[in-house]
Amino acid sequence: MTARRRTTIVASAWLVISLTASVFLLRHIDRLRPQATIDDALYVSSPKMVKRGSLGFDGLMACIYWTRTVQYFGHRHYNREQSYNQLAPLLEITTTLDPQLIPAYQFGASFLAPQPPNGAGEPARAIQLMEFGIAHNPNDWKLYYDLGFVYYTELKDYKRAAEVFDKGSRVPGAHPFMKILAAQMAEHAGDFATARLLWSATFETSHETNIRQNALEHLRAITVDEDVSQLQAAVTRFGERTGRLPASMSELVGAEHLVGIPSDPDGDPYKLTPEGRIQLEKPEDFPFATKGLPPGYKPSALPRFHTKL
Amino acid sequence: MSMNTRIINIASNTFREAVRDRVLYNLIAFALLLTGAAIFVGQISIDIERLVVVNLGLTAVSLFGVIIAIFIGIGLVSKEIEKRTLYTVLSRPVRRWEFIVGKFFGLAGTLVVNTFFMAIGVFGALLYVAHKFTRPDALILVALYFIILEFLIICSLALLFSSFSSPLLSAVFAFSLFVIGSFADDLRGFAGLTHGFMRWVATGAAYLVPNFSTLNVISAVAHQHSLGGQLILQNTLYALFYTAMALSGAVLIFERRNLK
Amino acid sequence: MPAIEILGLEKTYMVGFWRKRPKRALQPLHLSVEEGEIFGFLGPNGAGKTTTLKMLMGLVFPTAGTARILGHEWTDPEVKAQIGFLPEQPYFYDYLTAHELLDYYGQLSGLPGKDRKRRVDEVLQRVGLTDVKGVQLRKFSKGMLQRAGIAQAILHNPKLVFFDEPMSGLDPLGRREVRDLMEQLKQEGKTVFFSTHILSDAEALCDRVAIINKGELRGVGAVEDLTSTVQGKVEVVWQGTQIPASMKALGADCHVTGDTVRAVLPENQQDAAIDALRRERIRLIAITPLRTSLEAYFVEKLQHSETTAGKMA
Repeated sequence: MTARRRTTIVASAWLVISLTASVFLLRHIDRLRPQATIDDALYVSSPKMVKRGSLGFDGLMACIYWTRTVQYFGHRHYNREQSYNQLAPLLEITTTLDPQLIPAYQFGASFLAPQPPNGAGEPARAIQLMEFGIAHNPNDWKLYYDLGFVYYTELKDYKRAAEVFDKGSRVPGAHPFMKILAAQMAEHAGDFATARLLWSATFETSHETNIRQNALEHLRAITVDEDVSQLQAAVTRFGERTGRLPASMSELVGAEHLVGIPSDPDGDPYKLTPEGRIQLEKPEDFPFATKGLPPGYKPSALPRFHTKL
Repeated sequence: MSMNTRIINIASNTFREAVRDRVLYNLIAFALLLTGAAIFVGQISIDIERLVVVNLGLTAVSLFGVIIAIFIGIGLVSKEIEKRTLYTVLSRPVRRWEFIVGKFFGLAGTLVVNTFFMAIGVFGALLYVAHKFTRPDALILVALYFIILEFLIICSLALLFSSFSSPLLSAVFAFSLFVIGSFADDLRGFAGLTHGFMRWVATGAAYLVPNFSTLNVISAVAHQHSLGGQLILQNTLYALFYTAMALSGAVLIFERRNLK
Repeated sequence: MPAIEILGLEKTYMVGFWRKRPKRALQPLHLSVEEGEIFGFLGPNGAGKTTTLKMLMGLVFPTAGTARILGHEWTDPEVKAQIGFLPEQPYFYDYLTAHELLDYYGQLSGLPGKDRKRRVDEVLQRVGLTDVKGVQLRKFSKGMLQRAGIAQAILHNPKLVFFDEPMSGLDPLGRREVRDLMEQLKQEGKTVFFSTHILSDAEALCDRVAIINKGELRGVGAVEDLTSTVQGKVEVVWQGTQIPASMKALGADCHVTGDTVRAVLPENQQDAAIDALRRERIRLIAITPLRTSLEAYFVEKLQHSETTAGKMA
């Protein structure tokens, strides 16, 4: 028995050592080649070629490419990269392999159209992608939403957006807000309420983490913009009444009968500068805000999802 | 006579068995045919003949090597038990673990020799389409080296399964692991997207599965991208450790097996 | 020192797919084999003979018990250098020639180069395979394979040889050759342990036998003792078809076969029988003490085990 015992012990020891070493080495190798998968994936960047190469396992390959797409985006986003060149091909391949992979279209709407560093900056390709999706999934109202979304947010083509939302609202089972959005586009496209509705809709209807975080950041920005506008208007009114600027926020609050010291969504009070401007305490925490920014403020060139869901 | 001699003896015998197995030659012939076909395919798509030859040729070497490894490897232990040749071997002063290790080296040796011949085919085809060799072509040797590392892993896995399961099942397991292992990177990506218990399972599986995606540098080499020395070293170590792991498993199982 | 000492080796298998039930292949076995003897391990198919052999070879692990071979623990790898094994209906690497096969086995047994060459040729000659030594084993007949098997078992000049059903599948000539070989081995001072269910072979060859049935040892002993004139009867054979009346009176059991008569009667009536024949002027052909054949002993032991042991799981 002793010889066998010895062999068992040695073999078991080797098993454990090699297992540990393999895992350790693998993690190390991963760090040496972070983008390898994506580079490999796009040695074949033509969707048709990929489809042919899948030997009929399109669905599986679509899932694999979808996983890679999300990884790609997340990885670059986390590393503060400023471009997403491969995002469009990846999404195109994914949807060619499986035109019914709806989350891919939503991802494209959120991240293909916006300009860097928040997205790939390819609104035209985003439109193409949405239209491809609609062609293959005519009964999915969400795709109309995504298309309208792109027209609204990036292209600011409110007329087209209204048309699309309207069309989408007629799809059986469409969410009621489609009709509302269609109506809003016509008259109140630039309103905060419309924007809020849109971004809330995105937040509610998506399950994908990146999309939801993006939507949440936009909603926060809208709140800020709204607050700052209102506060700025209050300052103006004060000025018209008293002929001077308010000395402090408290004075403004008292004079205009505001409820308490106004604060931003993070709880920091808005500042009133001597020049009468309303400003955020920490503008860098609100990447999409357009108001309340100090003069000459350059938003960080790096995209950042500040709030963790 | 020492243990090493016995291991070498078993290894050479395994090698001899493989070489005399006619199936091997059919597979090699087929692979060479495929390399030849690459030349014709390359003629059709001008400008990328070289790319096609390298891609298709190396893929053929890799794929057929895996098939050969599995084909022969699965029978390594189970065939011997079935045919009772094992009994006369183990009635001699041969340790069970020496048997496993010897079989492994015999199989690995077969594949290395096999790869050598198929590589000549690939280089031949390359010379034919490109009319000369350039320096970046040396990268093909690196790709072949990585393919051999893949073979080591596959051999050890085939042996592992052969030590306890029937030839058919072993083939199924080994081939499945090869396919899954080729998508190991994606498996880890997938694991990253899941939460909770699934995440543990997926991550565990992702690390346990042989990582053939890191060892597959065919595309990179075809596009003449060089590979860092660190990467080569670490991949070598990974392959060696993984092989050791599978072999240890095979030894542990085989030591305990009642050979009815 | 006994060549083999089996000290309570037993084997229980767990069978069944869902709920495993124990199946006793071998009850605790106690047996010893002396050096220099030919020992027969007898039993019907499935009795546990092969299980015992495989346990001794370390191919199967016993559930309990130990054994000593040539004084060493049976699991000691070094003991393997001194034993040879011929499995039942052996099969070999069919892509090798006989010569290559033996050379391979010789290497594994640790025979150094020149020795090995010499031994291989010697052994090939001994089993009569010299002419076909360059032929691949896939072309061998059953008898030739058996001979190759014997060759590999004795190649390294082991002190103790195990044969599992060595005669199976052989024609009478082949069996004769194997029997002769086993005798030769004994003369060389080797110990031979072989299992078989062919009793005539065992009776002819063995010094001692053990009988096993359904995993249990039923009897052990020297062949001579087991087949001694336990019955105390003699067989008288005489010419002609006449049966003297006096014979019948002696309680003889007579059979006429062709032109002779065979009669079995108690030993103490032997002289009276001879007188009876002489009186009638009948020609006596032979008087032989009647031995129990091994077969009868065997059958008796087996029947005994059926009735006493009842059903064994």
